[in-house]
Amino acid sequence: MWRFIGIRLLQAIPVILVVITVTFFLVRVAPGGPFSAEKAVLPEVKAALEAQYRLDLPLFQQYVAYLGDLAQGEFGPSFKYPGRSVNELIGAGLPVTAELGLYALLVAVVIGGIAGVIAALKPNTAQDYIPMTAAMIGICMPSFLLGPLLVLVFGIYLDWLPVSGWGDIPGDKILPAITLGSAYAAYIARLSRAGMLEVMSQDYIRTARAKGLPEWQVVVKHGLRGGLIPVVAFLGPAFAGLLAGSFVVETIFQIPGLGRFYVQAAFNRDYTMILGTTVFLSTLIVLFNLLSDILAAWMNPRLRAQFGEN
Amino acid sequence: MTTEIITDIAEAEQGSSLWHDAWLRLRKNRLALAGGIILVAFSIIALLTPWIAPYAYDAQNLDLGATPPSAQHWLGTDIFGRDLLTQIMYGGRVSLAVGLIATSVALLIGVTWGAVAGYVGGKVDAVMMRLVDIMYALPFMIFIVLLMVVFGRNILLLFLAIGAVEWLTMARIMRSQVQQLRQQEFVEAAISLGLPPGTIIRRHLIPNALGPIIVYTTLTIPSVMLLEAFLSFLGLGIQPPQTSWGLLISYGAETMEEFPWLLIFPGLALTITLFSLNFLGDGLRDALDVRRSKD
Amino acid sequence: MINTVSRLLAALLVTTFLAACTGGESNVEIGNREGILHFGNGSEPQGLDPHVVTGVPENKIVRSLFEGLAVKNPWTLEPEPGVAESWDISEDGRVYTFYLNPEAKWSNGEPVTAGDYVWSWNRALHPAMGNQYAYMLFPVVNAQAFASKQIEDFSQVGVKALDERTLQVTLNEATPYFLQLMDHYSTFAVHPETILKHGKMTDRYTKWTRVGNMVNNGPFNLKEWKLNRRIVVEKSDTYWDRDKVRLNGVVYYPTENIVSEERMFRVGQLHTTGTVPLDKIPVYQAMENTPYVQSPYLGTYYYLINTNREPLTDVRVRRALSLAIDRVKLNDTVLQKSNFPAYSITPPGTMGYQPPKLFDYDPELARSLLADAGYPDGEGWPEVELVYNTSEGHRKIAVALQQMWKDVLNIKITIANQEWKVYLDSVDTMNFDIARRGWIGDYVDPNNFLDLFITDGGNNNTGFANPRYDDLILNLAPQADTQEERFRLFYEAETLLMEQMPILPIYTYTNKKLKHPSVRDMPSNLMDSLNLKYVWLDADWDKGAEK
Repeated sequence: MWRFIGIRLLQAIPVILVVITVTFFLVRVAPGGPFSAEKAVLPEVKAALEAQYRLDLPLFQQYVAYLGDLAQGEFGPSFKYPGRSVNELIGAGLPVTAELGLYALLVAVVIGGIAGVIAALKPNTAQDYIPMTAAMIGICMPSFLLGPLLVLVFGIYLDWLPVSGWGDIPGDKILPAITLGSAYAAYIARLSRAGMLEVMSQDYIRTARAKGLPEWQVVVKHGLRGGLIPVVAFLGPAFAGLLAGSFVVETIFQIPGLGRFYVQAAFNRDYTMILGTTVFLSTLIVLFNLLSDILAAWMNPRLRAQFGEN
Repeated sequence: MTTEIITDIAEAEQGSSLWHDAWLRLRKNRLALAGGIILVAFSIIALLTPWIAPYAYDAQNLDLGATPPSAQHWLGTDIFGRDLLTQIMYGGRVSLAVGLIATSVALLIGVTWGAVAGYVGGKVDAVMMRLVDIMYALPFMIFIVLLMVVFGRNILLLFLAIGAVEWLTMARIMRSQVQQLRQQEFVEAAISLGLPPGTIIRRHLIPNALGPIIVYTTLTIPSVMLLEAFLSFLGLGIQPPQTSWGLLISYGAETMEEFPWLLIFPGLALTITLFSLNFLGDGLRDALDVRRSKD
Repeated sequence: MINTVSRLLAALLVTTFLAACTGGESNVEIGNREGILHFGNGSEPQGLDPHVVTGVPENKIVRSLFEGLAVKNPWTLEPEPGVAESWDISEDGRVYTFYLNPEAKWSNGEPVTAGDYVWSWNRALHPAMGNQYAYMLFPVVNAQAFASKQIEDFSQVGVKALDERTLQVTLNEATPYFLQLMDHYSTFAVHPETILKHGKMTDRYTKWTRVGNMVNNGPFNLKEWKLNRRIVVEKSDTYWDRDKVRLNGVVYYPTENIVSEERMFRVGQLHTTGTVPLDKIPVYQAMENTPYVQSPYLGTYYYLINTNREPLTDVRVRRALSLAIDRVKLNDTVLQKSNFPAYSITPPGTMGYQPPKLFDYDPELARSLLADAGYPDGEGWPEVELVYNTSEGHRKIAVALQQMWKDVLNIKITIANQEWKVYLDSVDTMNFDIARRGWIGDYVDPNNFLDLFITDGGNNNTGFANPRYDDLILNLAPQADTQEERFRLFYEAETLLMEQMPILPIYTYTNKKLKHPSVRDMPSNLMDSLNLKYVWLDADWDKGAEK
């Protein structure tokens, strides 16, 4: 088991290095630089700006210099926000987005998981159709629509909850968490229903039933483990995706999170910020994919046995 | 002895009779059938739209502006006085096409990639899955901007690009399924019989992982359609006056208090399509389920 | 099991809603009582260094923290005393002598000196600084030469500290709008010791603008800066005119999403918004005692035409395109009457100047012009593309115009929505046929609009080149003896421009915002110039209405 984790962590190094390299050169090729502006910039001004940010060096030298900074844990200064380092911007946005993502995931797993399992226990009955219809609506409902709808109903018409903000007014975290979580809840409901159906027809479940175990024990002890494997495979990238994909929700609710920085950096051609967020995100993705693989392995009895042997 | 029987059963069931049986079972599932019929109907409407649409898709009447449903305009008009029904019909062409093409691309790459990685395992698996990790981490928007710059504006390219991004999760799900199936008796039996890996993947692994594949496909289609809307909105996708359901919905969401019909009808078109897909998907899954059919 | 879960969920929902409902008092109500203005400011500022920032949201904050030599009065836009309590202008209009107010203090209590200005303008103009608004000081002798490295010695630049409190500025030529420029942040003074404490003079990215570090001289001081969340400023007790300041503080919100901003206003989280979504305008206009405020704004929305590309090289084609646009209808329908149709580049009434109006919507003439150019009824029309950057407003206009061109001229113009930086690149390299553009004046003078189109001007972007035009703008107008003569020359130049039609003017901007009725003495003006020292909040605003 530890060996497996160790190998995967070692593999992460080349992965992140490739991501950095590809991203570094990709953003330089994209049209429009960080200092292009609507009102024409004088050539002297542009040259001065580029000199301040080392953009006047040959590209490869810039790359080497960047890797040097990175080795020391420095992502460099942001181009869009002079006076702010990328470390600082990520440090400001991350806790917010992580908290939002966590709540959203909680909403997603609890609601989605329960709905999916309940539906799978009695397929093709009302107990199946009702939660699954709700899940479908959740999938059809993109967050740019669900967010404003929730705001209109609960924020404006009923006046129960704040329409925007994060940690400023009590209750302002509820609507964003639901908005972000609902799409994932719907996914998880569908995946867990399918996974459960798949598992519940397996031989070992029949064996368990044949032993005379009560149905709920069969479900909880034997069914969930195999049935939720697709969900777990989905969760790893989903959480990393939550962090990057919270952009829409953060914009609707004016939340000061990382998602806004991540997307705006691409629009602003804020090279250091794009790289910084990408490096950060790729680390997260590698870690969460690893985590979900470990979890999936642990849930899969045969694979687990294999790990044990090693 | 047992292995032989299992392979025989598997062989027989994967043959032409599998599809025939599946079709018989599917026909009995009314919801799935209804879903299929609606999808076919929508597709036919989409194909025939240029001939049957009530108005020209770009015909404006600025003086009319946004009006609720009426006898002339069954679903109302948008702020340019354009007929909403016509807009939805034309939008359907783009959305259905992107759903079909991008999802097929994602499905094809994702299933193959995941199956091979999960089946072969070892170093090949490690390299393949780390490539997936890399793809996940690259800044997607910059990638699309570059594609547009290098290849120009091209709808087909957009579809392919979306598909090329959406396959990643599919690959991960497929891999985890295959890893699990690989240790089941009938697969081990097939391996010990010396069947070539391609045959095993095609005949034993993919059919048995069909459930999650179909479900994830029905999940991918809406996310692909919405991704198209997001990219178009940013100027990286289709260009006005062309439209799609996703775009219509995103415009409608902006004015849902003033002109609710601009949100409701495109939303209904998308929802009906996705529900139909879903019922058809579930029906297919049940119909193709090898083991359950034996019950 | 299911029952337990559903009961748990129900209990959770009930408690969260109860917890959320308890508040009750909105930002606006609390703010009115405590004298705190809640201000929707559009986006997170890039920074707060006056010599670095460029945008409108930055301007709104920087101007509450810093003050220029002379300040625009928000009602009249006439210069009034700021750091300088008075000034003299020489006979020939070239030498300005500013007398600094002895009470003008930095927030650390030190006096603002003429030497601070010389140092700050050195910084603002320094080639290594990369100040994008350095050109605001270019009327000053040798300023441009210094900024473009032609001279290295700053003492040759026409700004001198005669003593602690007297600053003398020498200009290249009489510049009627020079005092207005003293209210632009790139001409503001910064506190030299503070900047040097945190880095070099020309460093763009030091921490001197952070809370606790910043030393400034405006009516407010920086109290809190939470990224992408809010910036809070509080009343300064060292500001020379502090007795006039009635607000105790301002909270700026980076309200990027204008639809969300409108909702925040509706539930009382904001006193004022930066703008209003187009489709909401009729709703607000129909309200009694509407919070909607619309006023003229010094800016023009237009399309650039690439005059180097076929078939747009032909002036008849350009005129046909322009004449086929029904600007009145566009404004009345798609734009919800929220702007003014424009037929020239300079907004009408800029400092009393009236631009020529040479044409109107004329489909007949447009068709015959196009026929003369060789495209009768659109026959043989090649592929022409219209480029705009991603935005709902731009899209609506482009879609409407595309159809007008099709209806009137029977020609097809394709639309390309480009992501912001791609769009900037297209405009900059003239890689377009027709492109959207907007110009907001930096100062109130026709020159600010007309000098865009001098040959090879950085913001020309059309290929338009006319020696007579250049001569009028660069040589004749600056030497005009009277304002009437100057405006006559401008009129001649603008007539030339609009006959050649390298641009299609679409509309003159307005300033649109929502303003809570309790906000007082925040007048609208042509520059959207905000002076928070006059603003106050009337906690009894609704009681007044009852009387």
